[in-house]
This record gives sequence, structure tokens and C-alpha cells, in this order.
Amino acid sequence: MSGGHDDRTVGSDAAAAPTDLPATKRVGIIGAGKLGMTLARTALAAGYEVAVASSRPAERIALSVDVLAPGAVASTVEDVADSADVIVLAVPVHRFRELRSDLFDGKILVDAMNYWPDTDGEDPELTAADGGSSVVVQAHFPGARVVKSLNQLGYHELDDYTRAPDAPDRIAVAAVGDDRLAVRAVMRLIDRLGFDPVDGGPLAKGKLLEPDGSPYAETLSADRLARRLSAR
Amino acid sequence: MEEREYEFGLDSFMAVTVGPDGESIGGDQVVRDTVEEGVLAEQVGIDSFNIGEHYRDDMMDSAAHVVLAAIAGRTERIRLGTSVTVLSTQDPVRLYNNSATLDAVSGGRAQLVLGRGSAIESFPLFGYDLREYEEIFEEKLELFVKLLRGGAITWSGKYRPPLSDVVLTPPLPAGHLPTWVGSGGSPDSVTRAARYGLPLMLAVIGGRPERFRPLVDLYRRALAEYGHPTDLPVGLHTLGYVAATDDEAIETQWPYWLQTFDRASRERGWRQPTRAQFDAETAHGAMFVGSPETVAQRIAPVMRALDVDRIDLHYALGQVPAVQRRESIELLGRKVFPRVRELLASGRGDHEVMAGSVAPGEVASPVRSTHAPVAR
Repeated sequence: MSGGHDDRTVGSDAAAAPTDLPATKRVGIIGAGKLGMTLARTALAAGYEVAVASSRPAERIALSVDVLAPGAVASTVEDVADSADVIVLAVPVHRFRELRSDLFDGKILVDAMNYWPDTDGEDPELTAADGGSSVVVQAHFPGARVVKSLNQLGYHELDDYTRAPDAPDRIAVAAVGDDRLAVRAVMRLIDRLGFDPVDGGPLAKGKLLEPDGSPYAETLSADRLARRLSAR
Repeated sequence: MEEREYEFGLDSFMAVTVGPDGESIGGDQVVRDTVEEGVLAEQVGIDSFNIGEHYRDDMMDSAAHVVLAAIAGRTERIRLGTSVTVLSTQDPVRLYNNSATLDAVSGGRAQLVLGRGSAIESFPLFGYDLREYEEIFEEKLELFVKLLRGGAITWSGKYRPPLSDVVLTPPLPAGHLPTWVGSGGSPDSVTRAARYGLPLMLAVIGGRPERFRPLVDLYRRALAEYGHPTDLPVGLHTLGYVAATDDEAIETQWPYWLQTFDRASRERGWRQPTRAQFDAETAHGAMFVGSPETVAQRIAPVMRALDVDRIDLHYALGQVPAVQRRESIELLGRKVFPRVRELLASGRGDHEVMAGSVAPGEVASPVRSTHAPVAR
């Protein structure tokens, strides 16, 4: 591949090049587990202000945040929802419904969760979702600008595979969403974190980014990832 | 400086192996082979033999304590434990009964690693709701820690009937059974181990083990916060396979690794395993595969980087035939672990030590009172 990191686009509506949103400064992370803490560290390294919250009081996660993502702030879900420009949802998928439906109104919400019936238990609504789990997440948070992304890689790969923009071995991370401005903002975030962003089209294309044993969870270059996504 | 006390153990999930004809052998034979492997482990000087817990057709480790008791009857010295007991779906009272009895049978050699479970087939099997995973483990761990202290127990909770002034038997002579908390890297399970003041066993089954170092730091900070001694032991569970030469080890393990991860990828929606992935895992990941010297040179730096006191090596992955499993055990006991001890004592094999957040002076700690006394 060329090694460039220009935005690759899949899906016809993405050509309508909307105006950009203001630059993201503050990244909020809901979920203080393996993925949440790794993303916190990666976002800090990329120069963002980072706040982490979980279902527990801020003081219960303060030590973990301090040791595993030094520089991030342990916070509450409400504060993160209020203050962050982009919020990443990284809780176990069987628990997202515990969050208030209007919590993220108007906010860009990156759904980084994966539904694995084997580890989450069977969830009939998620199983039945033809467009993937993020469509269900969007329905639960109708006022949020949901983008599905950052769910494709193993959490430690988000640490290990970050690369400078022109690195020849930079890998790609896709984003899908119906709010095109939100997708563009998330693509800039992906780029700054150290991955080549690929626009995978509307939210319902998110099914292609989900764990099903298919090759979509591979570490791919942007060209190859874009080709795989448009081939379907 | 006093020499640090290490534990070099083996983990078995009692995989169904293949016989000389390439076909899977019977599950009953796997059980008997495992007993022989435990006996062999003692003969070659290994410190502990630990059995997992699964309920599936390719692993026969559904009743670890029975197998451990059989090994106990034929050994004198080796510690006998679980590589992880899925406490979430066991009754802590029954687990106490089994473990205390094993401890008595073996003359005080029983130990445990308790976990929430990464394989989750025991939840539907025993009638638990996977969505309550966290809450169940928390409650059962709290109860089990009480039971370990002995004496009359009065307790009530959500997931088992209440106990009123109950004294469990048999008593544990030392009043303590070495009980570790297993973690696959979740910050919560690390701080939970610290909260109960129990030693921590980190399971790394993919990627660079060194990346778990921040969790070791978190564990020690959390121990201090909860008012426990900060030098409680930390252990590491990883995968490996040893043969006479690197080539032999790699080519023997590869097809069974592929088969195991291929099945896992279909069951769990992981990516399809590739040779490149296997090569990366054996070169610097969590698969310690090779000749005795190669594997020793992998283990020592990782133990140093993570500052661990114990390593439990899953000594052959998947259907590797019994003959090769036994060879791996022999080489680990006679060559690899003695060599790792040598490397650790000499300070060599530390070229890969990563900068941790613990000051150098704190890393080289003196002897830790890691284990309950074995001789009683």
C-alpha cells in the first residue's frame, strides 16, 4: 500500500463532504476495563485531555486510572457526558442499557463495544439486529450521534499498533455512522490516535465490523480494509 | 541479599490428546494420563501441578480435586492446585470441603487459583446468569475468604443459602490454604485481589506478557491502599511447549495451536489464526515454545519485567500427544526451570526489562513470605 492516510470512503452518501465540526479536545471514556484504560492511555499519548468514568463512583476507579492511564481524570458518567467532545462507550455490552437514554444527547458517541453471546450471554435484541449492535445502541440513545468504531482490534493492539501518519506498517480502523459530521470527527480522532481511518459508510454497515469469525477483525492496511468493506 | 523464593509450576487443562493413529483418545485415558503427568512433574523437580476447570468435549478437567487427590497419593512434595477454579459457579462451601480434604490427603500441599472464568460454559450448566458475573464472583470470594479463616461461620448472601454458626470440616491445619486470585488483565480483578489481600495470578494467553507490568504496579499500589503488605506474591500463567530443539518444538506445537485457536475463533468470533500470528506469539508473545535454552531465555526476562514470584506454564497446547507432553514436562523440570533460576539469580536474561513505574530499588525485593508452610 501507499502508506498514505487520506480518508478512504465506502458508501455512496459519504461523498457529500459536510463541513467539519470543531476539533476534538476532550475525549471521555465510559468503562474502566481493559479497553477503556487502553484507549485512555492511547488518547493521552495523542495529546487529548481524557476523562474516564464507570458505573462505580469516581474514587473507586481513581487508583486504576492513576496507575494505568496517568494524566487522565477519574470522573462520573454525568461529568464525562457533559464535558467531553467525543465519548467512547467501552462497557460490557450487556450493561449499556443501564445508562440513561438522554445522557449523550447531541454528543458524538463512539460505540466500541462488541456483542459476544459467548461471554455476554444471549441478548435477543442484539442477536436480531441485522444492522449490527450499534443500531440497537443508537435506538437506546436516540439523541446521540452514534459512530461504531474502535471495536475491531484486540485491546492490546490499540496499544501496540499505533503508528505515525506516514509509517509503512500503519494499520486501519474503520468508522461507520449515519451522522456524517460525527463520522468525520471520529476519523480525525482515529488518525491522531495512530491509525489510518476508513469511512465504512452508514451505521447499519457496522455488522461487517463485528466479531463473527470473519477477517474483519484483522490488522489491515487502509486500502485492504476499505476493499473488504466495499466488497460486501 | 537473601535469595528470592520462586515457584515453577505446570498447568493442565487435561486436553483430549491424539494417539499414535492420529485419533482422539478416550476421556478416561486422558484422566489417567494426567495423573501420570502430575507424578512425572514431581519426579523432575517441578514445584506445583495445577489443573483447570472446563466442561467441554476437548478438555477433561471438570473435577480437578479428584485428579489432584490421585496425584497426591503417589507424590510427596509437589504442591497440588487449580490453575483456575471458576468460583463464580461453585459453591464456596463445597470448594472448601474439597480443598481442605485435598490438603489433608496431600499433607498440606493444596493450593488454589480462583477466577470469574474466561470459559463460561459452567454458567448455564450450573444455572447461573452470566450477566451477574461480577456480583456472583464478589459474593463468593467474600464468603470463601471467610471460610478460609476457619471457626464458626455465620453468613448470608444472594447466591447460596445462609450459614448460621457453621463449622466446616476438615479443618485446615495451618488455618490457611494458599489462595490466589486469577486475572486476565481486568483492572477490577487486580484491585479486587488486593482488597482481599490475596496473591495475584495474571493469565496472559496472547500478546507480550510485559505489557501486564502496569497491572502489577496497580496491584502493589492497591495493596498499600487497602492496608495489606505490598510484597504479596504475583504469578504468571502462560502457554508453552518444550522439545529437544526449537524446530521440533515449533513444528510439533503449530498444528495443535492452529486447531485450538481455529476452534476458539469460530466459537468466540475471533479472527482466524495464522502462522504469522503463531510465529509472533512464539517470538515475543505469550507462547514459550522451543528448546530448553530458548524457553528459559524467554521466561527469565518476562519474570523480571513483571516482577513475579511464580510462573505456571501450560506445558502443551491442544491435542499434543501424551508422549510429547511428557517430554515437555521432563525438559521443563530438568532443564528449563533450573536454567531460569540460574538466569534470575545471576541477573542475566534481563535485557528486555522494561521501564516500570516502580523504582529499581523496589524491584529486587527480598524473600517474600509467599506461601503457607508446606511442611507441617
